[in-house]
Amino acid sequence: MSEDQNINIKINQKEIQVDKNLTVMQACEIAGEEIPRFCYHDKLSIAGNCRMCLVEIEKAPKLVSSCTMPLMDGMSIITNSKKVEAGRKGVMEFLLINHPLDCPICDQGGECDLQDQAMYYGFDKSRFKENKRAVDNKNMGPLVNTIMTRCIHCTRCVRFATEVAGVSELGMLGRGENAEITTYLEQSITSELSGNVIDLCPVGALTSKPYQFKARPWELKRTDSIDIFDSVGSNIRIDSRAQEILRVTPRANEYINEEWITDKVRFNYDGYYQQRIDSPYIKKNNKLEPTSWADVLKTLKLKLERSNPLALIGDQVDLETGYSIKKFMLSYGKNNVECRTDDQAILSNLDSYRFNTPISEIEEADLIILIGTNTKLEAPIINHKIFKAYNNGAEVFNMGEDISLNYPTHYIGSQLEDLNSNKLTKALKQSKNPLVIVGPAYLNNIKSSDTLESLFSFAQKNKIIDDKKNNLNFLNSHASRVGQLLLGNTSKNNCQPFSSINYQEYDLVMSFSSEVISKNCFKDTYKVYFGHHGDEGAMCADIVLPTPLYTEKNGIFVNIEGRPQEAKKCHNPIGLAKEEWTILKELSNQLSLSFEIESFEDLRSKLSQEFPDLMKFQQIIEFSENSNFDKPYNFENCSISYPIENFYMSDVISKNSITMAKCVEEILPKPLLEKTA
Amino acid sequence: MSGTHPGLSNNFIHSGEKFEWSKDNAKSIKKIISKYPSERKQSAVMPLLYLAQEQNNNWISIECIETVAETLEMPKIRVTEVVSFYSMYNTQPVGKNLVQVCRTSPCWLRGSNKVTDTICKQAKCGINETSEDNLFTVVEVECLGACSNGPVVQINNDFFEDLDEESTKKIIDNIKNNIPNTIGSQKGRKSSENA
Amino acid sequence: MLSQKDKVFQNLHGFEDAFLEGALKRGSWSNTKEILSKSQNDIIELVKSSQLRGRGGAGFSTGLKWSFMPKDTGKQHYLVVNADESEPGTCKDREIIRNDPHTLIEGCLIASYAIQATKCYIYIRGEYHYEYVQLEKAIQEAYDKNLIGKNACGSGFDFDLYVHRGAGAYICGEETALLESLEGKKGQPRLKPPFPAGVGLYGMPTTINNVESIAVVPTILRRGQDWFKSIGKENNTGTKIFCISGNVNNPCTVEEEMGIPLQELIEKHAGGVEGGWGNLKAIIPGGSSTPMLPKKVCETVLMNFDDLRAYGSGLGTAGVIVVNEKNDIAEVIERFAHFYKHESCGQCTPCREGTGWMFRMMQKLVRGEISPEQIELLENVTKQIEGHTICALGDAAAWPIQGLIKNFKPELIQKYNKKLKAS
Ligand SMILES: Cc1cc2nc3c(=O)[nH]c(=O)nc-3n(C[C@H](O)[C@H](O)[C@H](O)COP(=O)(O)O)c2cc1C
Ligand code: SF4
Ligand code: FES
Repeated sequence: MSEDQNINIKINQKEIQVDKNLTVMQACEIAGEEIPRFCYHDKLSIAGNCRMCLVEIEKAPKLVSSCTMPLMDGMSIITNSKKVEAGRKGVMEFLLINHPLDCPICDQGGECDLQDQAMYYGFDKSRFKENKRAVDNKNMGPLVNTIMTRCIHCTRCVRFATEVAGVSELGMLGRGENAEITTYLEQSITSELSGNVIDLCPVGALTSKPYQFKARPWELKRTDSIDIFDSVGSNIRIDSRAQEILRVTPRANEYINEEWITDKVRFNYDGYYQQRIDSPYIKKNNKLEPTSWADVLKTLKLKLERSNPLALIGDQVDLETGYSIKKFMLSYGKNNVECRTDDQAILSNLDSYRFNTPISEIEEADLIILIGTNTKLEAPIINHKIFKAYNNGAEVFNMGEDISLNYPTHYIGSQLEDLNSNKLTKALKQSKNPLVIVGPAYLNNIKSSDTLESLFSFAQKNKIIDDKKNNLNFLNSHASRVGQLLLGNTSKNNCQPFSSINYQEYDLVMSFSSEVISKNCFKDTYKVYFGHHGDEGAMCADIVLPTPLYTEKNGIFVNIEGRPQEAKKCHNPIGLAKEEWTILKELSNQLSLSFEIESFEDLRSKLSQEFPDLMKFQQIIEFSENSNFDKPYNFENCSISYPIENFYMSDVISKNSITMAKCVEEILPKPLLEKTA
Repeated sequence: MSGTHPGLSNNFIHSGEKFEWSKDNAKSIKKIISKYPSERKQSAVMPLLYLAQEQNNNWISIECIETVAETLEMPKIRVTEVVSFYSMYNTQPVGKNLVQVCRTSPCWLRGSNKVTDTICKQAKCGINETSEDNLFTVVEVECLGACSNGPVVQINNDFFEDLDEESTKKIIDNIKNNIPNTIGSQKGRKSSENA
Repeated sequence: MLSQKDKVFQNLHGFEDAFLEGALKRGSWSNTKEILSKSQNDIIELVKSSQLRGRGGAGFSTGLKWSFMPKDTGKQHYLVVNADESEPGTCKDREIIRNDPHTLIEGCLIASYAIQATKCYIYIRGEYHYEYVQLEKAIQEAYDKNLIGKNACGSGFDFDLYVHRGAGAYICGEETALLESLEGKKGQPRLKPPFPAGVGLYGMPTTINNVESIAVVPTILRRGQDWFKSIGKENNTGTKIFCISGNVNNPCTVEEEMGIPLQELIEKHAGGVEGGWGNLKAIIPGGSSTPMLPKKVCETVLMNFDDLRAYGSGLGTAGVIVVNEKNDIAEVIERFAHFYKHESCGQCTPCREGTGWMFRMMQKLVRGEISPEQIELLENVTKQIEGHTICALGDAAAWPIQGLIKNFKPELIQKYNKKLKAS
């Protein structure tokens, strides 16, 4: 903030200096004056419709709404006068006259803005003797429950849908006291971010359908965690009671998810408890039968003693597990670990497999090229940032299939060569801050590192990469991927690591929650499955070892930008599940290997010694060496396939969620339904 | 507000028939859109809704809304908001003659109540109702902006002014008998001069 | 009494040809090119010094408003003419549009030129279908004769004029709601600041004026600001169209001198109060939003901005609504309360919730069902709305009720007592 940005104002007679571009409300906040509000939300456009934030400006005849009022030099603001209080009390009374007094049965009870403000500004006794207005509830789909009589018409939900979710599906119909919030013809909201309206609604008009009547807020234990259902690493809070998760909500993180999370992480938690592997299993006569830990470990030990094992790492595996796998395999004398079970192509540098632009800076781009990515399905939060950039005037170009996103795109073709198209070349010339996102539809099919290098060359030629920035971004949808790659759990420089595995070499495969072992290529391999859900990986395995879900242990995840964050344990593992590192330690003991890890603390401290950056939570990992390829490009022809077609069913947990199943049925267009059924 | 007012309602209904612009209207649309800046097509939503209403027997069905939305590349909910906000877009079918009686004070002071009663009696239907012969839909509306000529009734596009029971009865009877009516003052005034 | 030759609207009642031929006879378009040869600033200064105040309700200096427009921005500027005329008691713009449309069209050209607007929209209420047809026809004439369009009147100024129809919403008369409506949205007033002169139609600098404000401009420039100032008094100058409705013998619309005594206006032009002056109960002087005046005040007050304000009311739109003893004054206001409830856009809390509450209490009041304490509550509710809303509709809804209670409280209490006794 430069000096000349500042002006002098008075708030309740106290002089302060503030940035002249703030509103009266923001200035009051800086001065520590709490201003009540319902319609104002700092992520949405200003509506100024609730009128709760009234303040007095000296010399102005009327009270003004502070959220809408720009500051002026010398302005004297009063927030604590009788007049202000009377004004707010009046507004509060109006809000309450038609609002039902059903707080005791309202899911918002205890966390309701209206309830809170009524404590300060409410009248003791209602002076309203007329009948209260009743409003019909509206269908908004399987996630959002509506009790529209409670609505105070703040329009936050409408603004959210239009401005953040990018789906113009909500509106306020009618006028005057008959104004009603609804979706078009009461159709379901089709956004992947729709659940956020629940947090935004300041009253109990929009609440969570799955959470309905489940709990009162004060009974809940709150745990900070991370969304592991895509690679963005949105910050979440998990509310649980005993061994049950009852609610997932966002934690604000300006650098990542702001205040939003996807509907998947918000609502798929009922899938956490379905089809859980509750004890070790062993295959006998082609049937998995429960057994004891001692038994299963003994069998495994015998197998491991005389085999050449391969370890595969799934898409939602925490760093600690990845590190202990690495340790185990090393102590075993092998380094046969692979996390790129989808054949994601990488080069040796970190900048070839992460999102190099900080997520919070995507919106500054003025031209965005999507190369084989459906960000709407693969990373809705990143898609929201692209939508922001679009709203700021950015043009979006799309390569791959001509997919439909919630903003217009220019389609340029399906072959990487099409990057040289005239239209794009022209646009790139004019752009000051172009940005590229390369997604899995190509990345998982690229066969030669030449092609990746060409992308770097292309980026360098077109100022997508320069001395100051690197806007060539690589995207996948796996929470574990960047972290596992940083640990080195892959065969580097190999564009198709999984496809090029020589399966004959390995007679045993240990899968850490990766379903790929069900593929035909492992038909004759002895399969050991570490996991929590009875998915295809477990079904085909010879031995199944129960491990905890991410909510049942502490774990680090490195998000797509390269930002380590911690997901905390919110309750004990289900059944007989054991953390992976303890199992590996036990095996090492039995095999007399030197595993070296004694305890979880020890694991973390060794991890931290070896990879100090990975223990610096919330900080994007720095790296010194940039990939630098300034040469003629040579793009291979490669096939494309988008990994996620159905947002609500992209992993085993979501597939087990009844709520997600309802989303598929009620939200997805019918053709897609048939296709994925 | 009773929900049966054909103008102000939040409920929309399907007509069950496809709505496509007539040839003439398709032409008019081009002209209408050209009145507004090219990137501001949405400005044409009100005139297009009028066209749709006219083409669709004086009411706006869901099909009309969707066609207007498509023509102007607007989200459907935005078109719906507009339809529901303005009282002159009928969201349900109305009779051949939409009879709107001004109920606001200037007209009331000059006897609009009697005019309403007369209309209901002659047209054989209540307020916010359509007569059995589908000839009339009667509604009470707010100030029509012809206060010096009150009581005023608007029938479809036409204003009838300076009414009393007798002249009102005649107007309704004429409609029933297919006899053309004199538009404007029923007391022989040219407009709102002192007479 | 205003002489015929001093009337701006020579064909207010449509006895002559409304279209170009008639308009030319009446002097419209006679030296428009010459007027447009003045600098923009000169025109603004002339209008300012004529002391013309807006005829749409608030009475803001028209010239001053124009001077707020930024100069030479390189952006598209707009003039938007407010022909929404929906304030109960008001029907003046209707007469201008249907009977003398060329005064308005010429005014649009000159005003647009003054504020560097090459485009102008006239927003006309949807119910005025006939007026819309008349206006479109007159505009076509003006285009055909190159009075407007490219190089309008040979002045070198390119000017386009369009008509946009409303569709039944009083709130669209509020200038920013009007802009929203014109942009194809619901007519919900915008927050101010920013003001339309900075960020108006399509985000561009915009001036919004009432039909009458614009239509008098050509005559002011033709006959001189001193002529205009010679009518009426300081700061309340010129001629004004009054609409007289309600309990008078001959309700009418008439152009008169600004500041004509109210009683004279009614007796001379409207044939007096029904049942005689003695039968007068109260008069609402400036459309439904202005607080009523009791009989005593009606006998002396002058019909201009400042005098009416001094009596706690306003000139508003000069829609004079006369109520005699035969009618229940409470019901007159109750019907207005219904109007405001019906017309509230629903955007902001006090208006959306308050207008309904007031209406329901007014219903009871008419039936004699609310106690003196509740009358106080009603008054209190009007105060809770007043000054707390986004636009002035909230105030407009509150003032008539305040006026009723201020002037007739004992009578309202009596009503209650009578009902109490009866039951
Ligand atoms: C609720 C409301 C309704 C209004 N209706 C009208 C109207 O119908 N016509 C009009 O000219 N002004 C109306 N106004 C006033 C306009 O907002 C605006 O002040 C006026 O058009 C400016 O023109 P003027 O300066 O020429 O008077 C209304 C204001 C409010 C608050
Ligand atoms: S539903 Fe909730 S968020 Fe939406 S307008 Fe009503 S109160 Fe506001
Ligand atoms: S918070 Fe300012 S008006 Fe709602």
